[in-house]
Amino acid sequence: MEQKILTSKELLNDLVDKHYEGALRAKAEGKPVVWATSICPQELLETMDLVTVYPENHAAAIGAKKEALKFIEHAEGMGYSSDICSYARVNMGYVDLKHSDELNIPMPDLIFCCSNICNTVIKWYENLAKELNIPLIMFDMPFNHTYEVPEHSVKYMRGQIEYAIEQLEIFTNKKFDYDKFGEVMERSNRTCEWWKKATDWAKVIPSPLNGFDMFNYMAMIVCMRGNADGERLFKLWHDELEQKAKLGKGPWNSADEEYRVMWDGIACWPHLSTTFKTLKKYGINMVTSTYPESWNVRYEKNDLDGMARAYASNYANRNLDYDTENVVKLIQDFKLDGIVYHSNRSCKLMDFRQYEVQRRVTEITSCPSVVFDGDQTDPRSFSAAQYETRIQALLEMMEKNKEAKRRG
Amino acid sequence: MEYRKIIEKLEEAALHPSKTVTNTIKSTGKSAIGCFPIYTPEEIIYAAGYVPVGMWGGTTTLQLADKYLQSFCCSIMRSNMEYGMKGAYNMLEAVILPTFCDTLKCICENWKVGVPNIPIIPIVYPQNRTLECGYVYMLDEFKRVKVEIERLSGKKIEEKDIEAAFDIYEEYRVTMREFVEIVADYPQIIKTKSRHLIIKAGQFLDKGEYTKDIKAIIDGLKVEEKQTFKGTKIIATGLMSEPVELLEIFDENQIAIVGDDLAQESRQWRTVTRDDEVDVWNKMTSRVADQRGDTFFYEYMKSRGENLIDMVKEKSADGIVVFMMKFCDPEEYDYPIYKKEVEAAGIPMLYLEIDQQITSYEQLRTRIQSFSEMLISREA
Ligand code: SF4
Ligand code: SF4
Repeated sequence: MEQKILTSKELLNDLVDKHYEGALRAKAEGKPVVWATSICPQELLETMDLVTVYPENHAAAIGAKKEALKFIEHAEGMGYSSDICSYARVNMGYVDLKHSDELNIPMPDLIFCCSNICNTVIKWYENLAKELNIPLIMFDMPFNHTYEVPEHSVKYMRGQIEYAIEQLEIFTNKKFDYDKFGEVMERSNRTCEWWKKATDWAKVIPSPLNGFDMFNYMAMIVCMRGNADGERLFKLWHDELEQKAKLGKGPWNSADEEYRVMWDGIACWPHLSTTFKTLKKYGINMVTSTYPESWNVRYEKNDLDGMARAYASNYANRNLDYDTENVVKLIQDFKLDGIVYHSNRSCKLMDFRQYEVQRRVTEITSCPSVVFDGDQTDPRSFSAAQYETRIQALLEMMEKNKEAKRRG
Repeated sequence: MEYRKIIEKLEEAALHPSKTVTNTIKSTGKSAIGCFPIYTPEEIIYAAGYVPVGMWGGTTTLQLADKYLQSFCCSIMRSNMEYGMKGAYNMLEAVILPTFCDTLKCICENWKVGVPNIPIIPIVYPQNRTLECGYVYMLDEFKRVKVEIERLSGKKIEEKDIEAAFDIYEEYRVTMREFVEIVADYPQIIKTKSRHLIIKAGQFLDKGEYTKDIKAIIDGLKVEEKQTFKGTKIIATGLMSEPVELLEIFDENQIAIVGDDLAQESRQWRTVTRDDEVDVWNKMTSRVADQRGDTFFYEYMKSRGENLIDMVKEKSADGIVVFMMKFCDPEEYDYPIYKKEVEAAGIPMLYLEIDQQITSYEQLRTRIQSFSEMLISREA
């Protein structure tokens, strides 16, 4: 039978459906379901064939589908402060209401938490385990106030990986298969590589990649790093971008890429279309963010220390020197004209270093930038008017630079 | 000195942290190291010949800190950053900062640039502190901090110095446990504001000297006659029970704090040190491993609610008051969980959102008053 050749976007949509339907089905069939954080060592879960869903992905999707407020308000009614991460509020609200009109996920039987993204998840997931009265596996990845990950941290994390394996064996009543683990490690590394290589095509001018698409693909690098579907998807996406780049095609059919910017922070899911259209209107393409690197989790097969180090090296878990260097490198590699910093009311870890990163980056590169106020899922913390004004200010600075360049 | 005079002295000391620290430096002849909340290994600092002093923010106009922090950062860290940048901490030789929450991680990084004249020693407490690997990590961190402090002072810290310092701190902790017990019996003499200030003073004084004062207060109280208390009794929970103006309202309404689960107070000393540990490093590390019901340490099936309920029963308290530091994520996450448990146990609870820069107390006054009336009517 002839198979229809899918575009990566179609495949993406299929896989998203497959992911959520599969998880719901598994639950209905009595299989256990895991809830995990976005940059956790999923290799362990994949090796154990555990069906896993990611509350951050779910909350983002609910946000994009404009249903977040219902859950947020419910969580606030339960006593959750309106100041805490809105992903957590959406999720805790969902745990209580257990139904979404837009997208449902099965309730978990095991919680899998990794603090390399923030300490917030420690509190949030601790609450989940307590509320649902289910087991929890906690990976504590110490904050790296030094540039590199210190050796005693690696030792600590390695100990936790070993302990997690024991816990998983008890939970599944199955022996951990180290050969399979090796394969999953290899595949995860390959998928991450394809993800990185795909997003790297945005370095080409004009960028074949519209960065807002990257936000969509991101959900899959979260949940499909360790399986064959993920690898297939990112390879396909990569090949398409390569082809587009070779043909000199830009991000959109209807307009040209005039300016290239980086987006710092998470998307404003409930206002995705406004934030995107405002940029596009001025020919501004968001070509990258800190995220391509966040899921470029790379290490040698069977090297547990390397794996621990790779996971602990996430941008959010590193010091200011690293953060600054990282952004400076993005400016150079992606030939950026500007930066849009999202002061995301939800994420204190990203926010409270943002001003200083911005100052340093400006000092080193003179790359223009603006900060706007928003939130990843709480629709109340964003003002389209303020956003537009800030983008216009950025545009003016970028125009000036371009003009100066033209004049030599 | 008569014990009431000591109380006055300590209250005064707590009300003027900066002056008190300067005096401590003068009277002890030691240099001071600032300790960010919540826990820091003060024993190591003390052993190195420094006085560790607490840095719990304060009331100030926030101007400079805005360079680093958005308005939705907790007021305590905005104040600390502000003080640091303004030079109010210039009497400190260094600061030590634990990265317990996302805000503290950022403060750690911003301090390096914003207050470059005062070196910072970060310390990371493991969350999986009850696992062997977490325990070892904690021990390694303590030893790393020791080396950093040695580098600062240029002097080696001997094992016996740490042991001596640990003993001084252990005596402090035992004494403080006794102090909060006995204070609960004398709410007429030591009111809530006074209780808080006496405890807080210890943050700015040499612990050896301070413990002597607390012992004298305990001895003084013991000879007083216990009177029946007509007011209501509560358990306080949260980061800290400030600003003190708030406690004045408690006193106006005859509400006594008979026990606390505050980070600035009992959480510092309530865990009893294992008596089977010989080595001082293990003693310090096991204290971290054994801490329960604490917002800042991961605990599967968190026991904070249970602890609060037990405290209410044990102290025959009438209710619980939550001092919620605005924008304090960790505390904010705990609240819905223990709220449910406390409500199920039928214990009245008052939630107060606090901020170090509060200017108007009217609304809080009304809420505290009606809570107090409600408690009284329940008793009747
Ligand atoms: S948005 Fe920020 S605070 Fe929330 S889970 Fe992600 S990293 Fe943590
Ligand atoms: S958020 Fe809470 S724990 Fe963190 S620094 Fe602020 S007051 Fe302290």
